[in-house]
Amino acid sequence: MSTICFYFQVHQPRRIKDYRVSDIGEDHGYFNEKKKNDRNNKFILERVSRKCYLPTNKLFLKLLKKHPEMKISFSLSGIFLEQIEDDFPEVVKSFQDLVKTGRVEILSETYYHSLAFLYDQKEFERQVEMHRKKVWDLFGVVPQVFRNTELIYSNDLGRKIDAMGFKGILAEGADHILRGQSPHQLYRPVDSKNVKLLLKSYKLSDDIAFRFSEQAWEEHPLSTEKFVSWTRDVPSDGIINLFMDYETFGEHQWEDSGIFEFLEDLPRAFLKDKKNTFMTPSEVVDSFEAKEQIDAPQYFSWADEDRDLSAWLSNDLQKEAAQKLYDLGKDVLKIGDPEIIEDWRRLQTSDHFYYMCTKWHADGDVHKYFSPYETPYDAFIVFINVLNDLKLRVEAHKNK
Amino acid sequence: MKRILMFGWELPPFNSGGLGVACYGLARALVRTGFDIVFVLPRKVDVDPSFMDMRFAASELARENQSVSVRSIETLLTPYITSEQFSMMKQSDTTQLYQQTLHEEVMAYAQKAGEIAAQEQCDFIYAHDWLSFPAGLAAKEVTGKPLIAQVHATEYDRGAGGADERIVKVEKQGLEQADHIIAVSKYTKSVIMDRYGIEDDKIDVVYNGVDREDFVKAPRSSRLLRGARKQGKKVVLFVGRLTAQKGFEYFLEAAAKALAHNPDLLFVVAGSGELEAPMMHRAAELKIADKVLFMGFVRGKELQEAYGAADLFVMPSVSEPFGITTLEAMLHGTPVIVSRQSGVAEVAEHTLKVDFWDTEDLAHKMLAVVENEALQKQLRRNGAREVRQLTWKESAKQCAWVFDNRFTS
Repeated sequence: MSTICFYFQVHQPRRIKDYRVSDIGEDHGYFNEKKKNDRNNKFILERVSRKCYLPTNKLFLKLLKKHPEMKISFSLSGIFLEQIEDDFPEVVKSFQDLVKTGRVEILSETYYHSLAFLYDQKEFERQVEMHRKKVWDLFGVVPQVFRNTELIYSNDLGRKIDAMGFKGILAEGADHILRGQSPHQLYRPVDSKNVKLLLKSYKLSDDIAFRFSEQAWEEHPLSTEKFVSWTRDVPSDGIINLFMDYETFGEHQWEDSGIFEFLEDLPRAFLKDKKNTFMTPSEVVDSFEAKEQIDAPQYFSWADEDRDLSAWLSNDLQKEAAQKLYDLGKDVLKIGDPEIIEDWRRLQTSDHFYYMCTKWHADGDVHKYFSPYETPYDAFIVFINVLNDLKLRVEAHKNK
Repeated sequence: MKRILMFGWELPPFNSGGLGVACYGLARALVRTGFDIVFVLPRKVDVDPSFMDMRFAASELARENQSVSVRSIETLLTPYITSEQFSMMKQSDTTQLYQQTLHEEVMAYAQKAGEIAAQEQCDFIYAHDWLSFPAGLAAKEVTGKPLIAQVHATEYDRGAGGADERIVKVEKQGLEQADHIIAVSKYTKSVIMDRYGIEDDKIDVVYNGVDREDFVKAPRSSRLLRGARKQGKKVVLFVGRLTAQKGFEYFLEAAAKALAHNPDLLFVVAGSGELEAPMMHRAAELKIADKVLFMGFVRGKELQEAYGAADLFVMPSVSEPFGITTLEAMLHGTPVIVSRQSGVAEVAEHTLKVDFWDTEDLAHKMLAVVENEALQKQLRRNGAREVRQLTWKESAKQCAWVFDNRFTS
C-alpha cells in the first residue's frame, strides 16, 4: 500500500509596475499597474482564476464528493488571499467550500511569501502569525504544519518551527540531502522534539508539474495508469508527497494538454488498489513514525536545478536589493505607519528577487517564463526605485 | 574546398562604419571555417588581408574609363548615403553629377565584376548590400553560379523616414534574383519580406559577431575621459553616424532629462554626419551643451579608449538591422542600453532595452545604470560573458549551414 499526500502552493505576488526614477517622491502606488500587461496584478489574477483556480477547485470538490478517501492540502499565501478578497470573492468562496469538506488542510507560511527567515527572525515570526490570523478569519482553521517560502529549509528553520509548536514541516526531497535515502518516509529535523519532516517526491511531482505536456519527454503523453504504475515502485507503506504549484493545472499546463482529465482520473486509478489511500500532511505526521534524521546545515529549496537559494539570492543585484530592504526594517517598524509597513512587507515577497535572477541555460528560461519584466535588470531597477521612494517616506516621517 | 567570389564595398581601416567591419569579420571566419575567398572591392585601397585574395575593380576601371574621377567619388560615396543626402543633392545642380556618379559607379562596378568573375574560379557568389548587388548579379550571369545576397541594411533603415526609390529598385532586383538571402537579424528579415515581398524560406538569419583579437587588451582611457571620471562624472557614450537612422536626437532629449536628475553626467559622442551641426545647436537649446562632448569620427585605439572609459553605452537607433557597436561595447565590459528597433536586441540578452522614441524610459534607464553600482557590475560581467558566444566563428558556421542546405551549387 502507499499514501499520496497532495500539497498545492497557491500564491500570487503583488508585482511592481513600471516605476521610474521620476516617480520617486511622487507616486507611492507601487503595485497598481493600470495597463493590461503582466505587471497588472488584477489582470493576472483574473486570468489565473479563470484558467486554474476556479475550474480546479470545482474539480477537486467533485472528486472529494466522489472519493471519500480523497484528501488534499493547500498553502495559500496571505498576499494572495488579500488580493482575491479584494477583487475575486468567488475564488475565496471556492476555497472555503473545499475547506468545509473537512478533508482539505491549510498549511502555515509567511503571510508575504517572503525570505524573512533568512534576514530577520522576528519579522519571520510576525509574518507567520499574520498568516495564521488570515487563515483563521477566512477558513476558521489553525494550521498545524508549516511550509516555508519555496520549500526553503535548513536545520535552523527546523529548530525554529519546532519551537513555534508546529508538528510538521515540508521540504524538498533533494538528492544531496537524502544521499540515497528514501523520500517516501518521515524524517526528524536535527534537535527537534516534535516536528516531523515531509520530503517532496520530486520525480513524481515534477512528472506532473513540469513534464506533463512536454512533447519531447519519452513518457509523453502521461496516462493515469502509467503514473500509478510508477507509484507501485515505492516501498510498501511509503508516503508519496506530491508537492507542486497549484497553477500547474490550467496555467502552466494548459487545459488542452489534458491535465484536467488526468487529475480527474488519478484518484480512481490510484484507489483501484484497495490498500492505497490519500492523507493530508497532518494525517501523515500523525500516522507515521519519523525514524531517521535529516541533517541540513545549508539551506535547500525546491527551486531550479541547484535546489538552493540561488534562484533568489545568487547575484549582486538580488543580494543588494534584499539587504537594502531588510536594512530599512528597523526604521520602518519604529515609525509604525501601517501603510509604510505594508509596502515594506509587500516588497519582501520572494518573487521580486526571483525576477532579478541572471542564471544561464535552462533555469534562466524558467525564470524568464515567470517574469513580468523584459530583463532581470529591469526587475532590479523598478525595485530599487520603489525602495528609494520608500526610504524618502521613512525619512519624511523621522523628520516630523 | 569551396571557393567564394565575394563582392563588398569597403573593408577596414578604409571603412565608414559597420558594413566594412562585418564583411571583414565574416570573410575571415569563413576562411577559417574552410572556405577559400576572393574578395572584390570597387576601388583600390591599401588593404591586403593575408587570409584571402583581393581584387579591385576601380583600379582597372579608372584605367579604362577616364570620365570617372575615382578620387573625388571616394569622399562622397559611402555605403551609408541616405535619401536625405540624395534630396539635398537633387536640389543642387552641381551635385546632380554625384548622384549620377553613384549609380554610374555601381553599374561600372557591376560591369567590371562580370569580367573579374570570368577570370575567377568559384563555387558561388556572395554580395554584401545594395551597392554590390548589381556586381553580384553580373557575376552570376557570367558564371552561372548561385548568388547569395547578404543584407546588412536596407534603404528603409538608412532613409529613416524617406527611402530613395532608385536604391530600393536596385535592392529589390538583387533580392529577387539572388538564389538565397542572408539577413543580419529577424528584424531585417521582416523588412525584406514586408517591403520587398521576398518569401520567408528564401531568407535565413545569421547574426553578426565580434572577435576579441581585433582589439588591444585593456586600453587606457583618454586623459580627458579619465579626468572627467576623476571629478566624479559618469560617462555615457554614443557611437555612430549622426544621421536620423541612429536616433541621436533621442539620445540628446534623454540626456537632458537625465541631467535634470543628476548633473554629474558627461555625454560623449563618437561619430560625425549630416546632423552634427544641427545636433550641436539642439544641445545648446536644451542647455546641456557643456555636458555633451562631440569627439567626431574616431576609430581604432581612440574608439577603444572611449568604450573603456564609458560607464554606459547607448544605441538609440530608429532602425538598426544589427548594431555591431553594441557587441564592441560589451566586449569592453561596458553596460549597454539598446533600442528595441535593432537586430542586436534579439541576441544580446544582458542589455537594457528601450523604444527609441521613449526618451523618458531611456533617461530612466541611463540613471539606473550610472547610479547603481551593483547593476553596473552585473551588466558588465554578464554582458562580457555573453559576448564571448557572439563570435564571427559562430556566424560563419551558420553561413556554412546555409550554403550546405539552402541551394545546390
